[in-house]
Amino acid sequence: MADALKDKIADVFNEPACGTNVSKSEQQRKKGCAKPLTPGAAAGGCAFDGAMIALQPIVDAAHLVHAPLACAGNSWDNRGAASSGSILYRTGFTTDMTELDIVMGHGEKKLYRAIKELVAAHNPPAVFVYSTCVPALIGDDIDAVCKAATEKFGTPCIPVNAPGYVGSKNLGNKLAGEALFDHVIGTLEPEECTPYDVNIIGDYNLSGELWQVKPLLDRLGIRILGSITGDARYRQVAMAHRAKVTMLVCSKALINLARKLDETYGIPFFEGSFYGISDTSEALRIMCRMLVEQGAEPELLDRCEALIAEEEAKVWADLDRLRPRVAGRKVLLYTGGHKSWSVVSALQELGMEVIGTSVRKATDEDKERVKEIMQTDAHMFDNMAPKDMYRLLKDAKADVLMSGGRSQFVALKAKMPWVDVNQEKHEPYAGYVGMIDMVRAIDRAVNNPMWAELRSDAPWDDPLPATTVMPAHKGACPVTHIPAGVNRPVAPTPPRPARAEGPTGAGFAGLGSSETDFEDC
Amino acid sequence: MTKVVHPRHALSTNPLKSSAPLGAALAYLGIESAIPLFHGSQGCTAFAMVHLVRHFKEAVPLQTTAMNEISTILGGAEQIEEAIENLRKKSAPKFIGIASTALTETRGEDVVGELKEIVARRKDFADTAIVYASTPDFTGALEDGWARAVEAIIATLVPEAPERDPDLRRVNLLCGSHLTIAEVEELVRLIRAFGLDPIVLPDLTSSLDGHVGDDWRGTSLGGTTLEDIAAMPRSAYTLAVGESMRGAARLLEDRAMVPYRVFPSVTGLKPVDAFIRTLMALSGQQDAPPSVKRDRARLLDASLDAHFHTGGLKVAIGADPDLLFSLSTTLAGMGAEIVTAVTTSQASPVLERMPCDEVLVGDLGDLERGAAAAGAAMLLTHSHGRQAAHRLHLPLVRVGFPIFDRIGAQDICRVGYRGTRAFLYEIANIAQAQHHAATPQDFGAAPIAEEFDHVPHAATC
Repeated sequence: MADALKDKIADVFNEPACGTNVSKSEQQRKKGCAKPLTPGAAAGGCAFDGAMIALQPIVDAAHLVHAPLACAGNSWDNRGAASSGSILYRTGFTTDMTELDIVMGHGEKKLYRAIKELVAAHNPPAVFVYSTCVPALIGDDIDAVCKAATEKFGTPCIPVNAPGYVGSKNLGNKLAGEALFDHVIGTLEPEECTPYDVNIIGDYNLSGELWQVKPLLDRLGIRILGSITGDARYRQVAMAHRAKVTMLVCSKALINLARKLDETYGIPFFEGSFYGISDTSEALRIMCRMLVEQGAEPELLDRCEALIAEEEAKVWADLDRLRPRVAGRKVLLYTGGHKSWSVVSALQELGMEVIGTSVRKATDEDKERVKEIMQTDAHMFDNMAPKDMYRLLKDAKADVLMSGGRSQFVALKAKMPWVDVNQEKHEPYAGYVGMIDMVRAIDRAVNNPMWAELRSDAPWDDPLPATTVMPAHKGACPVTHIPAGVNRPVAPTPPRPARAEGPTGAGFAGLGSSETDFEDC
Repeated sequence: MTKVVHPRHALSTNPLKSSAPLGAALAYLGIESAIPLFHGSQGCTAFAMVHLVRHFKEAVPLQTTAMNEISTILGGAEQIEEAIENLRKKSAPKFIGIASTALTETRGEDVVGELKEIVARRKDFADTAIVYASTPDFTGALEDGWARAVEAIIATLVPEAPERDPDLRRVNLLCGSHLTIAEVEELVRLIRAFGLDPIVLPDLTSSLDGHVGDDWRGTSLGGTTLEDIAAMPRSAYTLAVGESMRGAARLLEDRAMVPYRVFPSVTGLKPVDAFIRTLMALSGQQDAPPSVKRDRARLLDASLDAHFHTGGLKVAIGADPDLLFSLSTTLAGMGAEIVTAVTTSQASPVLERMPCDEVLVGDLGDLERGAAAAGAAMLLTHSHGRQAAHRLHLPLVRVGFPIFDRIGAQDICRVGYRGTRAFLYEIANIAQAQHHAATPQDFGAAPIAEEFDHVPHAATC
């Protein structure tokens, strides 16, 4: 590992704004917060994955992966980050390193040529160049290549040093944030600045979630200047240093970036979430308050309150209509972080019973909130083995599982409804309207008539009322021409069926003619 | 109970139904060495033949009694006799199936009586089985004509059996007009999997499956043999697929005491379960063959994967009653919403069991209006629905008859566990293909300011 990268990692781990880190002893802090992975029992993405997740939503930039095929080839165009403009971000660019490139050390040259071709063909505002395990191992200097390419081609090439083996997805997020801070933010100036400019960090506009919230900001006259990185344009990210307030959405992955924006450019930040009704309102309130503190007109606060009152009334009216369709359902929530509790309260208010919520990736604060909302910590769990989850669902202790794609099939194979609440989902659930969409999704899942059919007995599960001994087969098999009965014991002569009484009701093996057969359909 | 509604318009716009005689002709083509004969003016036959050829992409033998003005007024018995004579001379069919048309029915000919007289007089016609079904164009649709023809075949060719002496491994399979070739084959496969041997009536699987034969024939290329039809009384049981086959099944019971069961649908988990359960009982097997059990398990999984796309899917469907019922119930069972259902014939009792509030007895114009008003996401009907689909910008799933702008319609199978699986995948994939890329405007958000857009500069390399 290059020393620069090693220092960078140590630096991001020592995050003064992170509560967990601050509470550690000096000794512990030195160790960093990477949990050692257990071979044979690890799951989840690598640092490269995390970096890609954080940066790829910059929609007009090109994302070039310097790696043998697997890194880009097995992962490109697999995320639902939506764009309202360019779709260049969804194009899979990679150097596809070969054995010869690795052995002969041609990686850097190939990368340089790849950038050249990319710029010539697509002329993007910027090229993000991702390092991965192999080039990092053989010592390809992507920083130098990017520097040379930037000078030569006039298109900013940003090195993202987050090879997979350095750690987790979360670490990759942080390293991506560092890359933005070091190479992108502050490189362009907006035409004009207003006291209503904000940064939103950590929302990737999955399925359009940012757009569910944006109308609220539009109505308040708040402009998303720096979007990091939902539906972002490169220029937007480059101008992020001129915003007045930063909202850090979801998880603490990019807290380093938020803090550095604060320290370097004096942009205060707050953590908030757009999941759930009260959270959305809370986030809007804090955002407006901080904008006013930064110089916006104080009347913003009144407009904000009016908007919240109006939107909350509207969303509850809509949700009330859905209430009868979901009330009383037992939900098992398997997600993590702040969603452990932000969704719970809304579901409970709709009369659903949350029988458990996982607190993976959740902070102590999050856990406190869960306890507060559920009035007990009995329903809080960390990880649940798929086998246990299957059993729980199979025994119908829950009516629906809400989780990420990974546990999807645990529910489905137990013939239980499943609702996607993680980033791979196809529907946006953010803001006020998102809550309605989510409850609709629950309704659609749990009330699908298919479940009853699927759980019903197979035809062979119930014993037949009466059986008949069949005569031996006649003739020969049309394929093998083996005559029927050869080397096979012939069944005893069957009893002749009773002479039918009349044209109707002539029984056969318990089967009579039936006038109505609708019960089957 | 679903309300059957007759729209109050005099004008039929883009007809949904095909005529009853055409259905009868199609059923007759499922008899070996057959020629269907329309008793009417030659245009009736020409249109029907073109319709059939467009669907099957096969030469279809179909003849006419070529009624003219004089014979229409004076009576067409001579035309029928002459037609039979000529057909026998030219193609030596073993079977001639006559279907009346609106023209001769309006005049009110006693074809049954006249045919009896002709057959009694013309001893030389003895080696051709002649069947007549009354199928005026003005009553019912393709499904009804098909059903009348099958009933006529049974009434004429199945001998009455005073005593019951069943072959326990034999079953009759009466196929409704909505089943494709591949679907009949799938049902036969299932029946055979239980060690049972079916007599299929009518059997299009060998006549209109689309194959290259060794010689040219002026008759149907395959189908149920007359011997098999005569053997139907000895079958242990009759499996009737499609509510429209109930009459034929009942007739068989009347004539030969063969008990029956009608399966209004063999698409969807529970209907197929019922079919399999019946086969188990008939074969005396408590268990099903491993392949059948596996196919059921795979259908369960297909349902799980498909329900994300079928749940809440708004569907507009137009078809003959049996097809309408089997596809609609399957989709509704998967959480889809049948927002518009249009059918061709009001007679079928399955219409009252439809999984929607009302069924219109109407045309493709009704389907188009209904689909537009209800915001349907998908149309299911035959190829003529393409105009509506185009205007509404909706995908069209081609089901029923005719399918003339796609080839291989006979190979589509939507019955049994396998066919249902394929059907669910088909619907789910079409739903996915319609994926709408969200925009900020969808949510009422302002677009991103142009200021942020990248202005490509001249390449420097």
